[in-house]
Amino acid sequence: MEKNLLRVTQALGKKFEARFVEHRGESQVHIRPEQITGVAAFLRDKQKFELLSTITAVDYWPAVEPRFHLVYQFTSLEKNLVISIRAPLSGDNPKIQTVTGLYACANWREREIWDMFGIKFERHPDLRRIIMPQDWDGHPLRKDYPLGYEEPQFSFNFEEIGRRKPYARD
Amino acid sequence: MSSYTLQEVSLDELKHLVSDRALKGDTMLLNMGPQHPSTHGVLRLLLELDGETVINVIPDIGYLHTGIEKNMEAKTYQKAEVMTDRLDYMNNMGNNLAYVMAIEKLVALDVPPRAQALRVILVELQRVASHLVWLGTAALDLAAMSTFLYCFRERELILDIFELVSGQRMMTTYFRPGGVWRDVPVEFEKAVRDFLKLMPKRLDEYESMLTKNPLFLDRVVGIGKLTAEQALQYGVTGSNLRASGVDWDLRKKRPYTGYEQYDFDVPVLTEGDVFARYYIRILELRETLGIIEQALDKLPYGPVCSDNRKYVPPPRAEIGVSMEALIHHFKLWTEGFDAPKGAVYSPVESPRGELGVYLESDGGPKPYRVHWRTPSWDNLQVLPVLAKGHLVADLVAIIGSIDIVLGDIDR
Repeated sequence: MEKNLLRVTQALGKKFEARFVEHRGESQVHIRPEQITGVAAFLRDKQKFELLSTITAVDYWPAVEPRFHLVYQFTSLEKNLVISIRAPLSGDNPKIQTVTGLYACANWREREIWDMFGIKFERHPDLRRIIMPQDWDGHPLRKDYPLGYEEPQFSFNFEEIGRRKPYARD
Repeated sequence: MSSYTLQEVSLDELKHLVSDRALKGDTMLLNMGPQHPSTHGVLRLLLELDGETVINVIPDIGYLHTGIEKNMEAKTYQKAEVMTDRLDYMNNMGNNLAYVMAIEKLVALDVPPRAQALRVILVELQRVASHLVWLGTAALDLAAMSTFLYCFRERELILDIFELVSGQRMMTTYFRPGGVWRDVPVEFEKAVRDFLKLMPKRLDEYESMLTKNPLFLDRVVGIGKLTAEQALQYGVTGSNLRASGVDWDLRKKRPYTGYEQYDFDVPVLTEGDVFARYYIRILELRETLGIIEQALDKLPYGPVCSDNRKYVPPPRAEIGVSMEALIHHFKLWTEGFDAPKGAVYSPVESPRGELGVYLESDGGPKPYRVHWRTPSWDNLQVLPVLAKGHLVADLVAIIGSIDIVLGDIDR
């Protein structure tokens, strides 16, 4: 791992009691979900990570605790570093604080995760679906959401087939 | 999934996004798109207008959603690559590169130098093609019809080169984990050299039509300003970020695929308006031609694919004489290879900015999770900031200037 990256990782470890994993030269820092705004503010203001490259989620269904991992990729232009922050989330009513106030680009990314994984972002200014239609049921990127090979539903038997379909139910 | 009801999205749900004046009826809400030539794809914008002045823009995306991230989870690593071409259909080679680089990082696979150099040449040719389409369509939005036709004429030459090497003009799938599909044919070098010889003159031609054209300048100078802070806040990368004065190019700062061997400049402009975003791409085109030329001059001889048979299928000739090769071939194309458990993030500089692939493996032959950090997504998100206070006609110029590809956004 690059020396500068190790320094940032150790600073995070000290301040937030985070543990980190090194994998293929990348640093993955595991934090608790309630720490995310603190970590993001620390990275932006103290460690010069100006760019939040992306946020994504991973679903470990059928595991329940933790079912999801949120993955944040921060980039520092000044120090030329990339760091990955992972926050585990429970499968039961998953929610986390938004980082929209710190990084404006998180707005759409978090909407995408809400749309695709059903993870709620608290205090998000505009948490609507972004890619799927507004009246869509379920969250497609969850592992228990089927990928094709479904029985087609028509208006006359929509409810009948809907009842036995392996859908992600809330 | 209880009952099927089609809910119309009413204005009530958008209340918090428009100003109070819209609710009183003082300003007008106007729908632009999804079928509108100047939105460069199926992009819908809800505009709030005061006369002809834009008060707010609410982008509505998802019309081109194809579920590629979900689909890739159901295919083996090699087979999923075919779908990467379809994401950003102006940057097929670049998407292939980002994806195979993520796999190579995940399984720690080495790529021979000839394959690296070929990748650089083809990705940079793709950058030229992408910038040409952008230049043509962005100029077309401002009623410069001839630029559009000229740009597409030159792009055709690049697509011919792609057809030469991969058999396909657009959906190339030419890069494979460990190298490239096959070596390039003998005609390749001449075709690229001819193109390199022709292109600088053609670039001068485009510039003579636009850079000092008062009709064009009237529409672009001082329009849609973006400061460096705003750009970083909104995650804008690539040419748009460099046009706002931030010197950040992954090819230079975090070199991959051997970019450190080539001598090139990263142009940076500070104005951050539509003109700067236009001019920086012209400058980049010239630098890109230089990189292609250097890579072609230095192109080493040797194998074009790794010979690690656990991940790379053997060539056809080997299958006829080696039992192991036959077994590897069969195993790799029926089951695929098992990637070790773990997650990687591999960013590359696409023509639009930072194109990153987050790839996670659970130890099996299929990706457990693939996420595409696509540059157009963030570049579009900043549109309301750029458009506020400008006229509707300027909005068209601004959308053209940020270079979005809807296939890249909706995935």
